[in-house]
Amino acid sequence: MAPANPIAADQGWTDSGWIGEQAMSLNLTLHTPPAVPVEAEILTPNGTAGLDDAAVASLAVLHGNQRVPIGDFFRVRGRGNGVIHLEGDLSRIKHIGAGMSAGQVIIHGDVGAHLGAGMSGGEIHVNGNAGDWVGPEMSGGRITITGNAGHMVGSAYRGSTTGMLGGEIIVHGDVKNETGHAMRNGLIAVGGNAGDFTGVNMRAGTIVALGELGIRTGASMKRGTIVSMHEADILPTFTYACLYGPVYLRILLQHIKRLGLPVTDEYILGQYHRWCGDGVELNRGEILIYRKR
Amino acid sequence: MNIRSTEIADTFAEAFKMWGARIVVTAATRQWAMAAARSMTGFATSVIGCKCEAGIEHELGPGDTPDGRPGASLLLFTTDREGMGKRLVERIGQCVMTCPTTACFNGLEAEKTVPVGGLLRYFGDGYQISKKLNGRRLWRIPVMDGEFLVDEQFGVQPAVGGGNILILGRDQDTTLRAARAATRAMRAVRGVILPFPDGVVRSGSKVGSRYKSLIASTNDAYCPTLRGVVAGSNITGDTNCVLEIVVDGLDVAAVAEAMRLGLYAAAKPGIRQITAGNYGGNLGQYKIELKTLLNIK
Repeated sequence: MAPANPIAADQGWTDSGWIGEQAMSLNLTLHTPPAVPVEAEILTPNGTAGLDDAAVASLAVLHGNQRVPIGDFFRVRGRGNGVIHLEGDLSRIKHIGAGMSAGQVIIHGDVGAHLGAGMSGGEIHVNGNAGDWVGPEMSGGRITITGNAGHMVGSAYRGSTTGMLGGEIIVHGDVKNETGHAMRNGLIAVGGNAGDFTGVNMRAGTIVALGELGIRTGASMKRGTIVSMHEADILPTFTYACLYGPVYLRILLQHIKRLGLPVTDEYILGQYHRWCGDGVELNRGEILIYRKR
Repeated sequence: MNIRSTEIADTFAEAFKMWGARIVVTAATRQWAMAAARSMTGFATSVIGCKCEAGIEHELGPGDTPDGRPGASLLLFTTDREGMGKRLVERIGQCVMTCPTTACFNGLEAEKTVPVGGLLRYFGDGYQISKKLNGRRLWRIPVMDGEFLVDEQFGVQPAVGGGNILILGRDQDTTLRAARAATRAMRAVRGVILPFPDGVVRSGSKVGSRYKSLIASTNDAYCPTLRGVVAGSNITGDTNCVLEIVVDGLDVAAVAEAMRLGLYAAAKPGIRQITAGNYGGNLGQYKIELKTLLNIK
């Protein structure tokens, strides 16, 4: 059987686990779960480039309010060559891939908050669930989560006016609230359901949810596109426009399908109800709701 | 030099440097896609009078287009890059955007690009929507049947125009049949178009005219009616009709291959000679020797 994750298989992982260091990539396996969250923004292909296992193990991370070597938590093998494999329950490891601009980070297990924050390029692939703040204010690259993600996917940080500026976040499962908050460009595609306030304060960009949307979708959006395959509660400040088949959606949905989300031909070929809003803002945004046959 | 009973003249076609672009037009049905394709490539036979040369390269099935709908691949050629941008904006704006259900995509990956959707977007009067996917920016322009989707940038590359063959036959019917056989064969080559009506031109031209306002005039050396009038007429024996096929392509190899196929397809009983038009090698950047084409096989 072909492995579910071809990227991982290329780098020595299969569905059965680690099979070797053929690619000579950097491999970190969690041996001691931290008692409190660890801030490990150093875990990027850029931050570990050219370092051997000992050098990587000595890199400092913030454990609570203490700076400690990353080797206190991870067994490190290989050398930094642009590809990092991480294994274990990393739900208390935060900021992995933050600020990265190239390379790959492949995670086998759940991962903590702020994954890929501010990244501008490269790829992060999580075979598991992710915490809150996936890809906040990122400007490029791609994050793929095979499980669920938390709140604030692709969002602006509190106090900031602009969220995601580019790149792609693909979540196969569900996401929680405020996905794409103040996003200005890029794509967020969700295979499952999205929580409340999806696309709140959106400036531009695209959010696709194959599952259901929560309440107050697109509140205060200026521009941008939110697509759903299910009926949704539309705010009264949105106005109904028409039923039509946007050609762009055919291209977008084919792209998302190629990335592994369960997009059907009915979605690609279908008709969509267009709602314009938010009327309390610029009124140039749109919510497209698939018409079920 | 002969192919069967037809003499192949020991001469060359003189071709020119041009700029080329490939445009992919799609629509809800094949009928609408081809309507837009024909409109966009109309009045584009010669840069002399039309500012560009264009044609339908081939039809596209739903599996071959970016949006999964029926479509057509078109090629457009101009003498300079700036002109290419203008022609694309004019023709896509007037002939493709106006046609119901269509969308229009760049079909040429090239180093150099010209803005097309990036200018046509202003037709949206502020209601246009920009979308970026896979590093490519598209514009959604609201129109009365929904939206017109168009790529922001179209690739342009150096190309070759003015490849040609001249078919000299004993009568009009025979020469027309040979020309049609040649155009069918030549259209099988990817990366070329035959810009004249159904690929064939009867009003071949020479450079200059006795009238000062004209830069080109009838190719009197190949007009059968002027055999006894023009000094240096190329009409000999029982030749009574001459038809020309002009071929433009994205590279000289494609143009040469189309000419080669045209030579073999047109060489039929009743076709006395196949030759090629040139200006003594003084104007064009490419010389495509007919004998070299025959030696390829």
